[in-house]
Amino acid sequence: MSTDVIERTEKTTTINYFDGSSKQVTILDEEIPYPDGKLIVSRTDKQGIITHCNQSFVDMSGYTEEEIIGQPHSILRHPDMPRAAFKDLWDTLKRSEKWHGYVKNLRKDGSYYWVYAIAIPNIRKGEIMGYTSVRRKPSRTQINECIELYANMMQEEQ
Amino acid sequence: MSYTMTVSPDFSPDHIAGWYVFNTYLQRQLNIPIHLELYNNFDEQRKAIANNEIDLIFANPYDASMLVREKNFTAVAAPENSSDEAIIAVKEGSQIAHIEDLKEGTRIVTTDDPDVNMMGMIMLEPADLNKENTSTTIVDSYPLVAKQLIQGNADIGFFLDESFDSLSKFVKEQLSILIRSQIFVIRHVMLAGPKLEDKHQDIKNVLLNMLNDEKGPGVLNSLGISSWENQEHEDTEFMIDLMDTLVG
Repeated sequence: MSTDVIERTEKTTTINYFDGSSKQVTILDEEIPYPDGKLIVSRTDKQGIITHCNQSFVDMSGYTEEEIIGQPHSILRHPDMPRAAFKDLWDTLKRSEKWHGYVKNLRKDGSYYWVYAIAIPNIRKGEIMGYTSVRRKPSRTQINECIELYANMMQEEQ
Repeated sequence: MSYTMTVSPDFSPDHIAGWYVFNTYLQRQLNIPIHLELYNNFDEQRKAIANNEIDLIFANPYDASMLVREKNFTAVAAPENSSDEAIIAVKEGSQIAHIEDLKEGTRIVTTDDPDVNMMGMIMLEPADLNKENTSTTIVDSYPLVAKQLIQGNADIGFFLDESFDSLSKFVKEQLSILIRSQIFVIRHVMLAGPKLEDKHQDIKNVLLNMLNDEKGPGVLNSLGISSWENQEHEDTEFMIDLMDTLVG
C-alpha cells in the first residue's frame, strides 16, 4: 500500500501594499480549487473594510465570519499579486465604474485560490456608500496567462 | 381604477391555477380590482412593461433591476428561503462528466429565461466557453429543453432548478446533471408599480400576514411558496448591485 505524500512548501514573506504599508505572511505552495457552481460575495464600506460576506467567502478564505467582518479586504492579498492590480481596482471603483480581473487570493493557512472577480461601487442617491465584489470560477487558461503577466508586473515593481 | 398583475413567465405550469387563486385572494384583501395577465414569454411581458400596462409583478431578478431603476417599481416581498438556481444537464450516458470537458462549438439548448441563461453561461466560463464560441437554440419550455437533449440535438441544456426537478421521473432518468448552481442571492421578488404607490404598504401587509390568515396558507400552497418575507429597499438595491456584477 502506498501513501501519497503532499509536499507543502512553506515560507514567510512580506506583502507591500500600494498605500505604502506592509505585512508579513506565511504562504504555502498549495492551490485550493474554486468550488463549482458557487459565487463568493462580499461587501465593504468606503474604506475597504469588510461589512458582509457569504458562506462561500468564509469557506474559501479559511477564516471564520467573525474573523473576517471588520477586516480590510487586503486580508486576502497574496504576495504574488502585483500592487498595480489593486491600484487599478480602487482607481476604477472610485470613478464609479465596474472593475473585473483575475485574482490570486491568500487563505488563512497560507494556501491560495484563483478567482475571476467583479467589483462595483454601491451607489445610493448618487453617492458611493461602499463596494460589492462577486467572484466566480476562472478558467485554467486565464489563470495561466495571469501567472505569467503578474510575475512580469511584480518584476517591474521591484 | 383597475390594476394589472403579471407573473414572470418562468413560473412552473403546476402553479398557473395558484396565481389565479392568489389574485382573487389579493383583490378581496385589498378591496381593489386586479386583472391577472399571464404572458407566454419574456418578450411579450417586457413589451407590456414598456407600455406601462403592468402594476404588480412577480418578477424574475433579471427584470427586477430594470423595473426598479427604469420604471420606479418597489419591491414589497419575496418568497422566504427561496433562490433562483440553474442546472446544466446532459443526456444520460454522455461522455461529458465535467464542465471542463466541454469544447468550443458546444450546442446549448435553453429557454428565453434571462437569469437562467446568465447563470448557465457563467458556469461555462471555466471551460473558456462564451456566446461567441457556442451555439444556442431557444425553445419554449423546459420540457422541450429536455426533449432536445434526449434526442441528441444539443450537448447541454440550461434549466431553472425547480423546473428540472418537476420534470417527470421518466424524463429525468434520461438526463444527467452536470452542475447545479449554489448562488443563493438571486431570487424572484414581488414588485409594485407607481400607480399602486399608495397601496404598497397594504400589499406588503397582506403578503406578510398570509400565514396568519385563515385562507392564506392554502393560497401559498397553491403557489408553491412557504411564506413571504419582507423585502426592504436596501435588499433590492443589493440584489441589483449583484446582478450588475453578473451581467455583461
